[in-house]
Amino acid sequence: MGSKNIKVMIGSLIIVGAIVYFGFAGYEEGRSYYKTIGELSEMGDDAYEKRIRVAGIVSEGSIQRQGDEILFQIEQDDLKLSVLYTGTRPVPDTFKDGAEALCDGHYKPDGTFEATQIQAKCASKYEAEYGTTQAES
Amino acid sequence: MAANFGNISLSVAFAFALYAVFALLLGTKVKRRDLIKSGENAVYAYFTFVTLSMFSLIHLLVSGNFQIEYVASVTNESMPIYYKIAALWGGQAGSLLFWTWIVSLYTAIVAYRNRHTRSDLVPTALGIMSLTALFFLVLNRFSESPFNELAIVHAGSAGPVPFAPQDGNGLNPLLQHPVMVIHPPILYLGYVGMVVPFSFAVAALITKQLSNAWITLVRRWTLIAWGLLGAGIILGGKWAYMELGWGGYWAWDPVENASLMPWLTATAFLHSVIVQEKKNMLRVWNMVLIISTYLLVIFGTFLTRSGIVSSVHAFAQSSIGIFFVSYIAITGAACLFLIFSRLEYLKSDSELDSIVSRESSFLFNNLVFLAACFAVLWGTIFPVISEAIQGEQITVGAPFFNKINIPIGLFILFLTGVGPLLAWRKTSVRSLNKNFFWPLVVALVAGVLLFLAGVRGFYALLSLYLCIFVGLTITSEFARGVRARMRAHGEQFHRAFTQLINKNKRRYGGYIVHFGVILIFLGFTGNAFNKETQGRIKAGESMTIGSYTLHCDNIEEGEDANFSYLIATITVSKGGKTLQVLRPEKRFYFASEQGTSEVALRSNLVEDLYVVFAGVSDDERAVIQVFLNPLVVWVWIGTIVMVLGTIITILPNPREVRLRRRIRNLETLLTAKGKI
Repeated sequence: MGSKNIKVMIGSLIIVGAIVYFGFAGYEEGRSYYKTIGELSEMGDDAYEKRIRVAGIVSEGSIQRQGDEILFQIEQDDLKLSVLYTGTRPVPDTFKDGAEALCDGHYKPDGTFEATQIQAKCASKYEAEYGTTQAES
Repeated sequence: MAANFGNISLSVAFAFALYAVFALLLGTKVKRRDLIKSGENAVYAYFTFVTLSMFSLIHLLVSGNFQIEYVASVTNESMPIYYKIAALWGGQAGSLLFWTWIVSLYTAIVAYRNRHTRSDLVPTALGIMSLTALFFLVLNRFSESPFNELAIVHAGSAGPVPFAPQDGNGLNPLLQHPVMVIHPPILYLGYVGMVVPFSFAVAALITKQLSNAWITLVRRWTLIAWGLLGAGIILGGKWAYMELGWGGYWAWDPVENASLMPWLTATAFLHSVIVQEKKNMLRVWNMVLIISTYLLVIFGTFLTRSGIVSSVHAFAQSSIGIFFVSYIAITGAACLFLIFSRLEYLKSDSELDSIVSRESSFLFNNLVFLAACFAVLWGTIFPVISEAIQGEQITVGAPFFNKINIPIGLFILFLTGVGPLLAWRKTSVRSLNKNFFWPLVVALVAGVLLFLAGVRGFYALLSLYLCIFVGLTITSEFARGVRARMRAHGEQFHRAFTQLINKNKRRYGGYIVHFGVILIFLGFTGNAFNKETQGRIKAGESMTIGSYTLHCDNIEEGEDANFSYLIATITVSKGGKTLQVLRPEKRFYFASEQGTSEVALRSNLVEDLYVVFAGVSDDERAVIQVFLNPLVVWVWIGTIVMVLGTIITILPNPREVRLRRRIRNLETLLTAKGKI
């Protein structure tokens, strides 16, 4: 009876081991470091090697389409970063001036960012413009 | 008016829920039937008031009262009425009220259906359910009220002045899609439905009624919640596929993960309760699974409502995080304490006999479902963990999730075929031979043929091989059963087939669910062969993908009240033969100043031709993104099969119906004689 439990244990260990292995492999392949524009410039050479995600607000009027590629600028707290989008997919519909853009890619030694993926989110109008009070009841 | 009414209703509901918790739990403890009865009435009362509150919000949404912040943020004048109603779950505060309404709905139904049941389990479970309702009512009433009014502070004025904008912001255009009207309610019904089995489990722990009674009581509830949750998740995928325009239906987004995690643990629970019923094993484990499912439901709501993990479709950052974290911590700790203090009641009766047995296949099933859930959880909160430990946020992205979950998924698929055919305790070599020899051989031959036909990729081939193998084992189970019936009862084929299912709905319904799983995996496998291309075309020009030619006939512009649009008319042909005209559309919504793409789709059993109007290029051509996605349609078909199978497992067996009728007759008889 005990040996059956040992067999099940060994089976479980093999499964868990395999899953942990796949987890590590997937982590190496998929990880990307979330940085602010300010942190990017402080990272040194490290910044050019890792896959990085950087977020910012798309600067007004900065979006230029150059063939398949898109050049634009994002900003956060007065810091600016030029981004070149080289991905094959069209950018999301939410990507426009003033939207919050999340760019995934690599930081280049020339101080620009090459993004292969972009996610964008619109700021809600009312949350930004008006305060609220509790309804009286 | 309606806002005040809604708010007051929430306060009254809150008071009734508070009373219900005390009356039900205390009433059971001191065995006061009248107290329990009044607690049950309080359940109906708070359900009524939450309903009133929800209807006043719907009234505000439909009538366009933009002085209410929530109404202004999710609707606008020109939206069609069904989207105005759907806006109830289109934003933070409204969706939380909807959540509360569903918990109270479930509580009221459980109370009503068990109104004659004389067991401590039911009132205790109702008390626990009311506790959940109470928690959400606190959020609705005191933190995230959907009835807040807009106000503006003018320079020089003493205080904020009420303010109503001319028009609202409008529902996020991405959410203005027919699936949006049904996906959230179905998902929520499934998600929140997990509260029922959880509450009965905790009630069993509290009352020490730890026989299998609670499992029998919640089996159907768990299946209903599980089926709805699964259907809701896939509907969400369908919505993403049709509306987001990136050619896929699943992106491992935190919001998607939040709904997947409780589904995984609930699936494990559904399987391992069978072991408890048959063998009285895994009793602590089942408690852990259903409690985890509940905590993951609350955690998922927290994840999507607090903005802790950035997600494209999570709602705004908000301060309700602390409520959730405290609630999860307290509930988790209380449940752990309950399990530990009841350990002696939860002992198993038997032990494992063999590694090749039904028991151990269930064990492995549980192990991998939990591993998948843990991997998804880990990947989802990894940015938060790495920030806490290393001081930098690291996201793991789709490669991580795929790397782990593809092998796990394939192992689950394998178990789907093998597990149900293994014998309890120990399986003989003879029965292994009988059940698996032919499916193995036929699948192997089919696998070789697929390879020779040019199908490549290890996982893709393995997946197709397993789909065929598992499909054959299930088919042969049906064939054996039908043949036996035809021989024993002299029935015709179709009669034998329907009777086979009818007489044992649990078993054969389960097989049908498994068959749906195979079809869904077939659809997933298609991902390995996806193609995509981008082209810039104007009227008269064409582009190609695979063997398809897409010819642009014209591009038209126009607008309606809600949005302006560009539509490309594209004729699809293959080998010179015209197949279909597709009209991908690009919209620009006025109220939210946001664009969306309406995908045009040519879908058949083999592949989807998926055409997106991505934008307009500098030289005034339409930018068209085309995807060729094989087998996608099987994901939707498989889901329908799964839902049908689930419905069959829920329906009562003929024997059960007869038994119930007899009990009812006996009751009426005894009541008539004044014995009860």
